[in-house]
Amino acid sequence: MSIPTTNKQTVEIGKANKRKYMLEKLSSRIFLICALLSVITLLLIIGFVFYKGAHPFVAEGYSFINFIFGTDWVPSEDKFGIFPMIVASIFATIGALIIGVPIGLFTAIFLAEIASKRLAKIISPAIQLLAGIPSVLYGVFGLAIIVPFLQNTFGLVKGQSLIAVILVLAIMMLPTIVTVAETAIRAVPQTYREGSYALGVSQIGTIFKVIVPAAKSGIMTAIVLGLGRAIGETMAVILVAGNSLIVPTSLTDSVRPLTTNIALEMGYAFGTHQEMLFATGIVLFSFILILNFVLAKISAKGGN
Amino acid sequence: MRHFKDSLLRALLWLSAFLSVAILVMIVGFIFYKGIGLISFNFIFGDYSPTGDGGIWPMIITTIYTVLISLVIATPIGILAAVYLQEYAKQGRLVRLIRFATESLTGIPSIIYGLFGAVFFVTTLKLGMSILAASLTLTIIVLPVIIRTTEEALKTVPRSYREGSLALGTTKLQTLYKVILPSSMPGILSGIILSVGRIVGESAAIFLTAGTVAAMPESILSSARTLTVHSYLVTQESGDIELAAAVGIVLIVIILAINLSATYISKKFNKATNK
Repeated sequence: MSIPTTNKQTVEIGKANKRKYMLEKLSSRIFLICALLSVITLLLIIGFVFYKGAHPFVAEGYSFINFIFGTDWVPSEDKFGIFPMIVASIFATIGALIIGVPIGLFTAIFLAEIASKRLAKIISPAIQLLAGIPSVLYGVFGLAIIVPFLQNTFGLVKGQSLIAVILVLAIMMLPTIVTVAETAIRAVPQTYREGSYALGVSQIGTIFKVIVPAAKSGIMTAIVLGLGRAIGETMAVILVAGNSLIVPTSLTDSVRPLTTNIALEMGYAFGTHQEMLFATGIVLFSFILILNFVLAKISAKGGN
Repeated sequence: MRHFKDSLLRALLWLSAFLSVAILVMIVGFIFYKGIGLISFNFIFGDYSPTGDGGIWPMIITTIYTVLISLVIATPIGILAAVYLQEYAKQGRLVRLIRFATESLTGIPSIIYGLFGAVFFVTTLKLGMSILAASLTLTIIVLPVIIRTTEEALKTVPRSYREGSLALGTTKLQTLYKVILPSSMPGILSGIILSVGRIVGESAAIFLTAGTVAAMPESILSSARTLTVHSYLVTQESGDIELAAAVGIVLIVIILAINLSATYISKKFNKATNK
């Protein structure tokens, strides 16, 4: 026999259930909208930056080739060529990678494999902390220590140079590379080490022939993250780059990478000049996409 | 020969580690050495004065404003987005698209965010160079961070919690805010704290959207400078390394406090789940 309920009660329960289902449906919709917001903002960013940056080439008849390969940037004379900045950005990034990656990677290996637990426990958190230090401070350090050092050692008129940028960026990417690569190396299963030792391979041999290859994808991530930090860095670079508009031919030339061009001139630029700064942003953006793509390809190949 | 190669590599490992530590110690040492002489009660809590003997209180306030406003907006959106991705979404094309977008946002350099903020929030939405425009730009910058850390935190909640709760006849929503969110709270919190670090350390995007006015902001629609921008400007404009380093000390202390509290919370969290 069923429990006798009045009609009114059934209706009440039905209503409550309905409300519950409504709420359930509504909330999942809200969650979806929140998740979609990241897609929307990405589209907005690409849309606005590209719209602004493409405008001079599409509507005002400027040549994109001249923009990329032109060597003169004189906004007052309507000359917009960013070739020197592209070269400066590429050199600065590659230089920072050449110095920063080996030191960072070796430090990570040291901390994960060689250092005693006690030593690693002191150094690792300290380096992690340094990854969080505002990048401006690296620039201040660069201007106060590295720039005068270069000036005195090489007898330069002006210490602000490509090599100063490279050194500051290499130092800045160190904590990121060390922290991420160390985690990746520590994640390699202990059995790999034991297996290698059992075959009579030395500790160093095990590290470079077994552990590093096994941690390859994590190490690649570390490099990509460090690279991202270096290539997008702006304010610290302004302080040590010197910001001259020449195609650098030596490490001691004063340079102006893409990022600093935007930050230096956005404050007072308007009209076509401003749109050209957005175009500079597009070039920087494409640059990062290409680099990430290439690195992803390399690491995929390494994985096979 | 092999022995020689081994010892050479071993020496290089030691040397690299020594170099990394030495450089990084040097930077922090340098900032403290140069700046400590300026640190005083008046320097931190005094109003700014262009003559140079004033304090940095307006920059501290501006920094706090940007942190609060961006977090108030980014935290709920980020958490709910992560909840959708982890708890509600069916894996498929839409989720892949959202993940791709979130990852792409992480890779965009802050100067590009600055450009976007300058054209979208400052010009199109007519907010002007202001704390609000900068905070909205920062919201977009930290959103992927919050989404990812929240997702990681949600992943650590055991399946049995969900099943147990649902078996009691609760709805999905009730399970979410009574069971899942509370037990992943420490992870979510440490993600939020890390975002604070990101906001405090940001400079290029703020430089392009909040401007550089060195005065106590009257409202969130005023242009103002944060600590990082101040540190940059005093170096660039007047070459005042001592002042920049003193601001640097304040920044490092803030970052240190943020990191320590994040570590503390996640340690507590680990203890709680390992019980």
